[in-house]
Amino acid sequence: MTSPGESHSPAKPTDQSGRQEPGTNALTSADSGGVMGDRVFSGVALLSGVAILVTLAFVAIFLSFNSVGAVYREEEGLILQQFLEYAYPLVIGTLIASLIALVLATPVAVGVALYISHFSPPRLSKSIGYLIDLLAAIPSVVYGAWGMSFLGPALVPVYGWLHQNLGFIPLFAGNPSQTGRTIFTAGVVLAVMILPIITSVCREIFIQTPKLHEEAALALGATRWEMITMAVFPFARAGIISGVMLGLGRALGETMAVALVLSPGLLTASLISSGNSTIPAEIALGFPEAPPGSVRQAQLIAIGLVLFIITLIVNMTARWIVNRHKEFSGAN
Amino acid sequence: MSKSITAKDLNVYYGDFLAVEGVNIEIAARSVTAFIGPSGCGKTTFLRSLNRMHEVLPGARVEGQLLLDDDNIYGPGVDPVTVRSMVGMVFQRPNPFPTMSIRENVLAGYKLNGARMSKSQADDIVEGALHGANLWNEVKDRLDKPGSGLSGGQQQRLCIARTVAVKPEVILMDEPCSALDPISTLAIEDLISELQQEYTIVIVTHNMQQAARVSQKTAFFNIAGTGKPGKMIEYAETSTIFNNPSNQQTERYVSGKFG
Repeated sequence: MTSPGESHSPAKPTDQSGRQEPGTNALTSADSGGVMGDRVFSGVALLSGVAILVTLAFVAIFLSFNSVGAVYREEEGLILQQFLEYAYPLVIGTLIASLIALVLATPVAVGVALYISHFSPPRLSKSIGYLIDLLAAIPSVVYGAWGMSFLGPALVPVYGWLHQNLGFIPLFAGNPSQTGRTIFTAGVVLAVMILPIITSVCREIFIQTPKLHEEAALALGATRWEMITMAVFPFARAGIISGVMLGLGRALGETMAVALVLSPGLLTASLISSGNSTIPAEIALGFPEAPPGSVRQAQLIAIGLVLFIITLIVNMTARWIVNRHKEFSGAN
Repeated sequence: MSKSITAKDLNVYYGDFLAVEGVNIEIAARSVTAFIGPSGCGKTTFLRSLNRMHEVLPGARVEGQLLLDDDNIYGPGVDPVTVRSMVGMVFQRPNPFPTMSIRENVLAGYKLNGARMSKSQADDIVEGALHGANLWNEVKDRLDKPGSGLSGGQQQRLCIARTVAVKPEVILMDEPCSALDPISTLAIEDLISELQQEYTIVIVTHNMQQAARVSQKTAFFNIAGTGKPGKMIEYAETSTIFNNPSNQQTERYVSGKFG
């Protein structure tokens, strides 16, 4: 995220000035247009890199500046404790909903991507690909409406069954919701929403598996599935993680669908009773009622900052996981 | 171990396109047989039909019989997976699994059989296979390093070790030296003549000197023109093919008049 823009710029000038010796060297004047193009391109690249950093910095500054009111008040001094008590149920709620979404969506996405890339007849694979991409084109408010008025009620009997048979597990304890508008329903809706992004990233990377390695596995007597575990998955590992992280990013930040589906409440371990809330939903529901400049608004912005930091940590962790096995990635 | 190969009127198709027509050949066990011929003449296609690898491409199929000793590998109910575990293959470009260490690469095929093995058994297999591929001394201190960190020639020998580790009956080699320098090529050729004690080896090569050096028998393939099927023109002792071929096309090819 940081380096590409900067790392090019220092190399450039020295490279140029080194060759600027006066004299009759026939090699000096050639291809000035190409040199110009090179400079322009490196300038544009630098600018784009800087633009991202600046935007990011502005967002971070805005969030930090406006959230001061939530953790510091002149009469009471630092009130970090109070803010944390407010924020942590939301953080946990957000993580639970995203986790449910990931656990449900990842296997399906990987399966669909594998089917498209390695199992289906070519013509069918294209149309399935389009259909999956279509899922990404549905506005999140539509997903929210679907979750609220269809999926939720449809899951009510499931919740009842879970409570009856697995009620001893804290996840399924508590009163099952009669409307189905629970954190689990929200997680399912999120799963459907992040399915396309994970699928298309996985599909792209699966297709790129070198034929060479697939054939190596097959020639050793691997079945199709063994070939996939020997050649495709190891090759695609980093790509799958990136796809999942992109999906997680979307799930963490998804606002509208969760706000519509979930009937928010206090933090509870139960997935099937109403309760819990997520950061984006809390902000979306609370913001219209928070007067500008008020403590409430500062509080909402502050949890926005918390979400920002969580997402940052998630992305950095993903990158770390991807890099950890660089030696074995096949890039060398 | 090691079995003979007999092809009877073998036609190889890609969809409707007949790529190789009417091959009849008998390859003896424990020998090296070279396939030579100009590009596109179907020798690689035929080689890949010997372990049903050509079926990986959609629409590819075979007519005729291909016997491994007495069993038709294209017989009804024959699983290509079984065939491939008996007929190993080494490819044109070295292709060790990049995410696996040298040790894991050698064991990759072995593990497919699902056989549980102790660490010492696995160590024996790794050492045996790497010795068999003349690679042991070069890699014994870095078995846990990635296979992709080796040189091209070492990688190719690693691939041979991986193939040898599953104890196949036959080893097919598809231009195994075409991406290697002369020294590595020499190492592979030495290896081939050692492997021949135990395995039936079929090698496709563009290098006629190589065919002359490593093989006992040579088959010459040719193609009448683009869009026409490739055919096996002549199959005989290597010395006969190179010194006294009976077919004029063979004579012109081995003397460098075309191809």
